[in-house]
Amino acid sequence: MEGTELGWWGVLIAVIGGAIRVSTPYLFVSLGETLTEKSGRVNLGLEGVLVMGAMSGYATAVLTGQPWLGVLVAGCAGALLSLVHALVCSLPRVNDIAVGIALFIFGTGLAFFLGKPFINPSAPRLPDLDLGWWSDSPHIQSALQISPLFLFGFALALFLAWALKNTRWGLVLRTVGDSSEAAQALGYNITLVRIAGTVAGGFLAGVGGSYLSLYFPGTWNEGLSSGQGLMAVALVIFARWDPVRCFYASLLFGGATALGPALQSAGVTANYYLYGAAPYFLTLAVLIYSASPRKALEGAPGEVSISR
Amino acid sequence: MNMVSQLAVEAPPSVSIKGLTKRFGALTALDDVAMEIRPGAFHALLGENGAGKSTLVKCLMGTYRADAGHVLIDGQEASIASPRDAQRLGLGMVYQHFTLVSSMTVAENLVQGEAGLGAIIDWPARRERLTAFMADMPFRLELDRQVSTLSAGEKQKLEILKQLHLGSRFLVLDEPTSVLTPDEADQILGLMHQLTDAGRISVVLISHKLREVEAYADEVTVLRQGRLAGRGQVGSLDRSDMVRMMVGEDQLAASAPRVTHDAGEALLSVRGLSVEDDKGVPAVRDLTLDVRSGEIVGIAGVSGNGQTEFVEVLAGQRAETGGHIEAGGRRYGKTRAEMRALGIKLLPEAPLDNACVRGMSVAENLSLRTYDTEPMARGGIWLNRAEMRKRAAGLIARFHIKTQGPDAAIETLSGGNVQRTVLARELSEKARILIVQNPCFGLDLKAVAEIRRQIVDARNEGTAVLLISEDLDEILELADRILVMSDGRIVYETPRSEADLQEIGHHMAHHEE
Repeated sequence: MEGTELGWWGVLIAVIGGAIRVSTPYLFVSLGETLTEKSGRVNLGLEGVLVMGAMSGYATAVLTGQPWLGVLVAGCAGALLSLVHALVCSLPRVNDIAVGIALFIFGTGLAFFLGKPFINPSAPRLPDLDLGWWSDSPHIQSALQISPLFLFGFALALFLAWALKNTRWGLVLRTVGDSSEAAQALGYNITLVRIAGTVAGGFLAGVGGSYLSLYFPGTWNEGLSSGQGLMAVALVIFARWDPVRCFYASLLFGGATALGPALQSAGVTANYYLYGAAPYFLTLAVLIYSASPRKALEGAPGEVSISR
Repeated sequence: MNMVSQLAVEAPPSVSIKGLTKRFGALTALDDVAMEIRPGAFHALLGENGAGKSTLVKCLMGTYRADAGHVLIDGQEASIASPRDAQRLGLGMVYQHFTLVSSMTVAENLVQGEAGLGAIIDWPARRERLTAFMADMPFRLELDRQVSTLSAGEKQKLEILKQLHLGSRFLVLDEPTSVLTPDEADQILGLMHQLTDAGRISVVLISHKLREVEAYADEVTVLRQGRLAGRGQVGSLDRSDMVRMMVGEDQLAASAPRVTHDAGEALLSVRGLSVEDDKGVPAVRDLTLDVRSGEIVGIAGVSGNGQTEFVEVLAGQRAETGGHIEAGGRRYGKTRAEMRALGIKLLPEAPLDNACVRGMSVAENLSLRTYDTEPMARGGIWLNRAEMRKRAAGLIARFHIKTQGPDAAIETLSGGNVQRTVLARELSEKARILIVQNPCFGLDLKAVAEIRRQIVDARNEGTAVLLISEDLDEILELADRILVMSDGRIVYETPRSEADLQEIGHHMAHHEE
């Protein structure tokens, strides 16, 4: 009896630990997408950017032995790929959703093509911080092994929330995303701001990708992302374009993703694949919850095509 | 910080425009236009739609580059290549469409675009300056309110405050009162007049409302078809002079003779209708009205008080949340069969989006109500294109629709001609119930006279007409009975004979306490 009780506690701790561990890519992609959408464009290609970031980060780490250099390269690869989206969408009468889907397919395809030689060699992983030193419980200790990237993402969410309100760049970005007429009247270069927003978003998504291959799960293979980049786009809608809420929503999605493995570790092996699908159910639930035939999306940037 | 003192000390610039010409392809939008605005003037720029008023000010504001001519500011030639250049010279424009960012606060909108705004915004210091600035202004707004919660009049005030805050001493107001109640319009124009009288700013008011020009402007410049049609002191011109300058010597269609008859039975009845807007907020609240055969019921109101949602329900584009509509004595389910059987016709606002299929031809759009019946469709299945085009050609001639032909795509037509096309379609068969919303919005005076005549003709023949309009003059001219809609409710009703502009305006501005 005592075993199962500990088991349920174990599940809870494992879900929390898993949420922290799994949420980081969601967090980076959703912060990136928030930046992009605040500028008035949707980049659905961030799934492709995420996979490309994972591949290029891993490859860099394998070749140089420097995982942090891999993170940087992953971000740059993501920025470069998003630049394609940004430039194509700057042409007149180009639909950003369609370009995003094309970029998603292109990015994953390119990553699989270039990443073939890196499936076998193992790269040095990013280091952990042990924040569970105060506890005797190995469960807690393992749950609180945290990547610096997670803390960096948390700080970044707070910083972005602050910067959108308190910096000139934040005001310009929000103006361009909310009303192109207002932005034009103020003499801002709308195209340039949107390119910057998309590229910055791509950099963050690329960094999110490097976390997948260099920290957790910490390998490079073709099934690595399993749609996390796309789910993060839904998560932005759920978080109402607020960076701090993106952080909470990422933890929620991370927890849902960790549910299957956590139950398995507690000995519940039945329906493993069903629990594994929890994030997909959550995405559907979120989209149904935020969609309504009568209500427009509250907080959505006015220029974003999903809110028009 | 120095903004306030700057506004008080520096005199507004004298602006003179000489020989300004602007072409778009083969079209000459502005032809050798001159205009003189002395410092501290309240100058009206008058003209019909398409006369070149917007083009002229856009050249002045650096949005367009003129093909010929120049602008002198304080006697010196100025090159204005972008709105930023204009701003640097102290020229500012308050646009017709609000250019505020609705998700931001008043303070954020005011700070926007300010020169020397650092990378990091020092909010406490900024707020102090904004508070001082507000104290010096004739109208005030709370700094922390979000723009989306402001009324149309407050938004217009914020647009003006924004320009003054940016240091503009020469303000162009582009039809500023089109979304305001008469009281709000009088208040804002009155305050602008105070500022010009004090010699603190110059104002150019773009308008086609003669009443406003007469009441507030000192000087007037009139454009017609891109040319200077006349100018002078407002005091020395009377209304008929200005109308003649605006429309030329062409005769306007005489206003339709109104047959005096008693209205018949109620054909359209709305009972306790409630509707929500896109955000789920009640837009129409418990609305009840009757429209009888042979009368025009006019609903006046400032835009955004539920009119659009109400018309969308009548059109079948939106579901009601409570109450119901009866047509011809029976509950109206908004099906195509009912529309046809009851003769319900509708001209909504923005007809290109709400009543046309953009990619289809004029002929196809003209047959949207009838294409599935004989003789347009043989056996209800095979379309008879020859018949469709023949009928379209007849309507094009009868309603004076300017198009390259029945096969031209509807979106190639000008706004007025789209309006005429939809009206032609809706009136081509006997209409028993006609619902029209802002039927003359953005049309030139000739088209306006024609369309109003069609509406009165329909009424004379016994059609029940529901007219929803933001143009109070239109309501006063056409309606037999006038209702005022405010905050989704009918708050006032008066027969045409007892209608009083002041009283109606007061009810338009009415808000629930």
